[in-house]
Amino acid sequence: MLTRNSADVIVVGAGVIGAACAYYAARSGLRVTVLDRGPVAGGTTGAGEGNLLVSDKEPGPELELALLSTALWRELAEELPPEIEYEPKGGLVVASDEAGMAALRDFAAGQRTAGVTADEVTGDRLHDLEPHLTSGLAGGFHYPQDAQVMPALAAAHLLRAGGDRIRLRLGEEVTGLLTGAAGEIRGVRTATGELHAPYVVNAAGSWSGDLARLAGVELPVRPRRGFVLVTEPLPRVVRHKVYAADYVADVANGSAALQSSAVVEGTAAGPVLIGASRERVGYDRTLSVEVLRRLAAQATALFPVLAGVRAMRTYVGFRPYLPDHLPAVGPDPRVPGLLHACGHEGAGIGLAPATGLAVARSLTDGEPPLDLTPFRPERFPSAAT
Amino acid sequence: MPLSASEPYDLAVIGAGSAGLAGAVAAAELGLSVALLDTAVHTGGQFYRTPAPVMGAVRPEALHHDWSPYADLRRRLARSDVRHLPGHHVWSVTKDVDGEGTGEGAGEGAGPADGPWAVHAVTGADGGGERPVRLRARTVLLATGAYERQLPFPGWTLPGVVGAGGAQAMLKSGLVLPGRRVVVAGSGPLLLAVASSLAAAGARVPAVVEASGYLRYARHPRALVANPHKAAEALVHGAALLWHRVRVRLRSAVTEVHGTDRVEAVTVTRVDRDWRPVRGTGRRIECDALAVGHGLVPQIELATALGCTTRPLPDGTTALALDGLQETSVHGLWAAGETGGVGGAQLARAEGELAGIAAAARVLDRPAHGGRVRELQRRRDRMRAFAGAMAAAHAPGPGWSGWLTDDTDVCRCEEVTAGQVREAIEDLGARDARTVKLLTRAGMGWCQGRMCGPAVACLAARGRAAEPLVERRPFAVPVPLSALAALDDPAMPRPDDQGETPSEPGAAPGGDG
Repeated sequence: MLTRNSADVIVVGAGVIGAACAYYAARSGLRVTVLDRGPVAGGTTGAGEGNLLVSDKEPGPELELALLSTALWRELAEELPPEIEYEPKGGLVVASDEAGMAALRDFAAGQRTAGVTADEVTGDRLHDLEPHLTSGLAGGFHYPQDAQVMPALAAAHLLRAGGDRIRLRLGEEVTGLLTGAAGEIRGVRTATGELHAPYVVNAAGSWSGDLARLAGVELPVRPRRGFVLVTEPLPRVVRHKVYAADYVADVANGSAALQSSAVVEGTAAGPVLIGASRERVGYDRTLSVEVLRRLAAQATALFPVLAGVRAMRTYVGFRPYLPDHLPAVGPDPRVPGLLHACGHEGAGIGLAPATGLAVARSLTDGEPPLDLTPFRPERFPSAAT
Repeated sequence: MPLSASEPYDLAVIGAGSAGLAGAVAAAELGLSVALLDTAVHTGGQFYRTPAPVMGAVRPEALHHDWSPYADLRRRLARSDVRHLPGHHVWSVTKDVDGEGTGEGAGEGAGPADGPWAVHAVTGADGGGERPVRLRARTVLLATGAYERQLPFPGWTLPGVVGAGGAQAMLKSGLVLPGRRVVVAGSGPLLLAVASSLAAAGARVPAVVEASGYLRYARHPRALVANPHKAAEALVHGAALLWHRVRVRLRSAVTEVHGTDRVEAVTVTRVDRDWRPVRGTGRRIECDALAVGHGLVPQIELATALGCTTRPLPDGTTALALDGLQETSVHGLWAAGETGGVGGAQLARAEGELAGIAAAARVLDRPAHGGRVRELQRRRDRMRAFAGAMAAAHAPGPGWSGWLTDDTDVCRCEEVTAGQVREAIEDLGARDARTVKLLTRAGMGWCQGRMCGPAVACLAARGRAAEPLVERRPFAVPVPLSALAALDDPAMPRPDDQGETPSEPGAAPGGDG
């Protein structure tokens, strides 16, 4: 029998990934307890822009996950209240010269074979899509599948939509995992006591590595810092998610040096968001003037009209990433009952529904919605400790 | 004055109120090159706010008490080498050398003053024509003061409702009254001062409504006895109010404002010790304006962005944690005045001078001690004790949210109601002001939560003591993207490029600092 302190599954982390796992598990009939040491969306989710992108992904397992998520987000937009600000606005990737355009063309050709819609836009037609875009660009590609959602509200409403099946316990940190004689998961321990469940889902974002360690396994999740600049509220001057071609190279690039290229987009609430800086500096929240300068310079280069617009604030987030830049999704064979849903780097909002659905299917012994082999949590050789 | 434009100042002082002015003058008199930046055109800060010369005020000091120490500081500033930079809105202070990139721990062990710091500002009138300015300095003194805390109530967004501090600022700088019959309400020692200024300037003040009882001061007898000047101040205001027949209602609050296009009347309700409105005690008072404020909040975002340690104050606000010589937890960065906890102009002057002496000692690589330092520290400690008692006496009680209706706007910039905030907390999993902001947009607008932040934090605490609110505002003021984009421009103007004749270094007349 289920009591106040037991559930079918415990999800650790009330960010968008944990919320999606809980939502799909609850929809499968499971009783879910979601634990977070902070509030809902208190970590990376709360610092995200809400990018649901396929445009920046090369063909491969992450793109498959993204394409499935894109379809699921469309469904969720029907089921969840409009407050999640889902907007299928499409993306526009631009190139300043012919060489950049040629690179984009190659990239798009590969994506199309994987099921992405990518329409070439010649330089003289760019203004039909984005009237305020700078002139003189060589051209670009329009990705109608790119979309946007308000991340914190999306997480909150996913959890709420689970109704009675989802129990939220916020402000409670997991201090240990309970295991049985065979090492199988029996629940978690928190400061206020024990919580029992045969399954624990690790959706602790940037801190997933710590939770894995509590379970005695190694998962090399690291934080990668990113800044987002937010302008004063404006009438719609930017219609799509617009970014320069070098962004694509950035995501796949494993270099620790600073790389940034501005993704510029308007929001339902008015402010324009300028984001996508990526650095590996641990959990340092200090303002980086150099990063802000680049973001502002790139945004104003794309949209000269923004030069006179004021930045109201900037916020910093830490994207959880794994060494091969793919998330860990699914059961961990090293600890029966432990599942992972983490390491989505800067794409967690977009990849959340597919991740949540895959986890829910694993929990109910259903058919996985896609091949999870590339996301196996045990794929990293464990460091000798 | 630095010898060349690329040479950093010895000290950059941010804020030219009592604390900043005292610090700048003290450091300059000890031989430091000092830049003094402030948003306003005049020195003096909020307390010594004066009318623009075009107003033709013959005796601006008539609206102030304690004018002569300020006049003295102004004289010393005029005689000094301090580079006063009015109209400079500082948006960030960073610890970076020419374009940064040095990351954590940069500058450690780089000599006595560890600098240089970069102070980033925009100049120019509000609303356009801004120009980015960057200034380098070996040490920094933050004297950015405080802003008024507002707690919402039904009708508080009606025209005619002004901040209590705002009403006084209007009077001091513009010589205008917010109305002819002005109710003064909220909590804090400022209310009496505001009421007596308004009354002296010709307004009728039908009531001063104070939510606390002054008896709470009695719990801190030692702080009271040690600060007789504060009692004298209260007597002066009290006598003035008596003279103008102003009635002070303690343990009461304005719980609603009435009017269609502007204020026509207020409801004043008695509150219990927790500030919970007592049913059936509401009483209507006709007025055409309401000046309201619930104490002051230290303005410390430039410091928190640098990771400075903070300390919670008994009134629920957060101040910088400072050492005996006013230095923050970040080496080479000092703070004085309200940034260390609200305590008034006199305390600010003592702390400013102390910080100026300490920064000078650091730059000149000699110890800061001596009779003057000890005397300033004694004065500071005595006044800090009183400030602590004051903060405790006027701490908002948790029951204040009892006067909110679901449709009361809490965040006026983004028009977020109390009902929406409650929904975020009860149904959506918000547990603190930050998540409420994410889920409702409360605090995302122009004021960046300065207006609604304290109220949202109280609501998020659901009747428990609110967690001390440490505001993260990386931009202390909004910055044009063009100014941000130009940050690496070597041609970025330094304030030095304004064509004034530099005076000789060290030519400052010797003070007694």
